[in-house]
Amino acid sequence: MTRERPPLLVTGLAVIAVAFFVLPIAGLVYRAPWATALDELTRPEALTALRLSLVVSLAATGLSVLFGLPLAWIYARVPFPGRDAVRALTTLPMILPPIVGGVALLFAFGRTGLVGQFLDAGLGLRIAFTTAGAILAAAFVATPFLVLTGEAGLRSMARRYEEAARTLGATRWHVFRRVTLPLIAPALFAGAVLSWARGLGEFGATITFAGNLPGTTQTLPLAVLIALETRPEVAVMLSLLLLAVSLVILIALRDRYLRFS
Amino acid sequence: MLQVDVALRLGSLELEVQLEASPGEIVAVLGPNAAGKTTLLRALAGLVPISQGKVMLDDVVFDDMTRGIHLPPERRPIGVVFQDYLLFPHLTALENVAFGLRARGMSAGDARTRAASWLERLGVGDCAEARPRALSGGQAQRVALARALAIDPRLLLLDEPLAALDASARSEVRRDLKRHLASFAGIRIVITHDPLEAIALADRLVIIERGRVVQTGTAADVTKRPRSRYVADLVGVNLLRGVATAGHVALVGGASLQSADGADGEVFAVIHPRAVALHRARPEGSPRNIWRGRASTLDFQGDRVRVGVEGEMPIIAEVTPAAVRELDLAEGSEVWASVKATEITVYPA
Repeated sequence: MTRERPPLLVTGLAVIAVAFFVLPIAGLVYRAPWATALDELTRPEALTALRLSLVVSLAATGLSVLFGLPLAWIYARVPFPGRDAVRALTTLPMILPPIVGGVALLFAFGRTGLVGQFLDAGLGLRIAFTTAGAILAAAFVATPFLVLTGEAGLRSMARRYEEAARTLGATRWHVFRRVTLPLIAPALFAGAVLSWARGLGEFGATITFAGNLPGTTQTLPLAVLIALETRPEVAVMLSLLLLAVSLVILIALRDRYLRFS
Repeated sequence: MLQVDVALRLGSLELEVQLEASPGEIVAVLGPNAAGKTTLLRALAGLVPISQGKVMLDDVVFDDMTRGIHLPPERRPIGVVFQDYLLFPHLTALENVAFGLRARGMSAGDARTRAASWLERLGVGDCAEARPRALSGGQAQRVALARALAIDPRLLLLDEPLAALDASARSEVRRDLKRHLASFAGIRIVITHDPLEAIALADRLVIIERGRVVQTGTAADVTKRPRSRYVADLVGVNLLRGVATAGHVALVGGASLQSADGADGEVFAVIHPRAVALHRARPEGSPRNIWRGRASTLDFQGDRVRVGVEGEMPIIAEVTPAAVRELDLAEGSEVWASVKATEITVYPA
C-alpha cells in the first residue's frame, strides 16, 4: 500500500516553518569570520565573558539542585494544602518575561528591596549588580526546570523499591542516597542540564538585576549584545559558541526529549 | 511467638485480623483477591500504619496503638520477599543481597563476602554480577530470598512468592522454595491466593476474606470442614448453613436436610458433589433428602461433569458424562437431586 500524499498546503507551511528556524542559523554561519574565528573567541573580553558565564551558570545549576531537588521531593511525596498553587508560583519563572523577573528580584534583593535593605543594613551584603546577583538571576529562571524534571522523575519511579529498602534496614536517608537518587539519576541529570542551559542563556533578568559589568556580571549573552555594536564578528562567534552548546545539550538529551514515537 | 491483633482501613478495605505464629512455623495466609492479604503483610512490615491493635514478636513490640508505638520498617527484625521481588535495578544481584547488610553498618568487604555466600547457598552464586533485568524469574526469586535472609530476620514475610513466575517454572521453584524455607529457623508467613501453593508450603493455613480471618488450621482441617463459601469453592464442595436439631437441619433459605450426624445448633453442612445423585423422575427408595430443581449449568471437566442445580436447594452435583447422556441432561432440564443422610457432614458453625 502506498502512503497517501500529505496535503500540499500543509507541506508548504511546514517547509516555511523549518526555513524560519534554519535560516537564522545559516545567517550566523554565513557571517562567521572563520579565518579569524579562534582569535575572535580568545579576545580578552570574550574570554572574560566566557569564564564568567561558566561560573555563573554552573553556580546557578548548583543552587537549583541544592534547593530544587528537595522542593521536587516535597512536591512529589508530600501532599499539602495549596501544593498546586505553590508549584504554580515556583514554576512561574519558566514563562515569566525574564525582565519582569529581574525587576522583581531588584525589588526583593536590591539595596532598597524587601529583603535587600536588611541584608545591606544588617550584614553589609549587596547582591544586586554583583556576580552573586547574576548567579541569583540565573538560578531564578533555571531552577523550575530542575524542579519539574526532578518531580516527574520522582513520581515515575516505583516507590516500592524504597519500601523494599526500608524493610532491609535502611533509614530514610540511606534509602534516598542508595535507592532513590540512583533511580532518578537520569531525570536529575536531564533537569540539571536543562537548568544549566537556561542559566547560560539568561539575559533579561541578569541585565536588569545584575547589570552589565564586564568581568563581574557581563555573561556571554550580555557580551554578545555589546559586541554586536562594537565588533560584530565577536558577536557572531560567541553566538555560534552558544548555539554549539545548545546543540550538544539537545543531542545529549535526545532520548528524553526528542523521541515522541 | 508472633502475636498479631490489628485493625486498619485502607480505601474500601477494612482489615481486622488476629493471628499467632509459633517459632519455626510456616503459616500461609490464603484468600481471594482484595481480601487484604498484602495489606496485612505490609502492616506487619510497618509499611502501612495500623489504626488499632498490637503486633509483637516475642519481646519486640512492632506496633502498640494504645502506647503509641509504631516501629519503622527498618527497625523491625524482618525479611520481606515482595511479589515482584523488587530487586534494585541499578545494583547487581550481589549488591542487592549486600544492601541490607550495608544499611546495617557492615563494612563493604564483609557485606560482599556474606552476600556471596548467601547467593551460593541459594544456588545462584553464578548470578552474583548480573543485574536483575538479566535474571530469570526463578533466579530473581532466589536472589530476593537471599536478600531477605541475609539480614538474619526473625520473621520472614513472603508475598505471593510464585505469582510472578510462569506456570512452567512454578512447580520447580516451589519445590526449591519449600526446601529453602525449611532451612530458615524463624517464623515464615507466606501470602498467597493459590491453595496449592499454601498447602505445599505451609504447616498451617489462615484463610482471610474481606479483611477478616474466617478459618485457620491445617490443610486437612480446612478442607474437611470449610467455614466459608471461598474455601468450599476451593475444595469443590457444597457448603450450606443452617440450624440443626438432632440431625434435622433447617437451612438458611428455607430448605432442610436430614443428616446422620447428630449435631445441634448453628451448623455448617458439607455435601460433596459426588454424593449428589441426579434423576429425571422423583426417585423411589431410601434417600432422605430429595429436592426438585433445574439443571442450570453443565461444566465438563474431563471424565466428570459438574451440574449446577437451581431450585429450592441450589446445589452442585458431579456426575459422569455417561450419566448426563443417560439422563438426557441439558441446561434447563428438570431434575431431582438426592443425597443420602450419611453423605452429609454437619459440624458447628
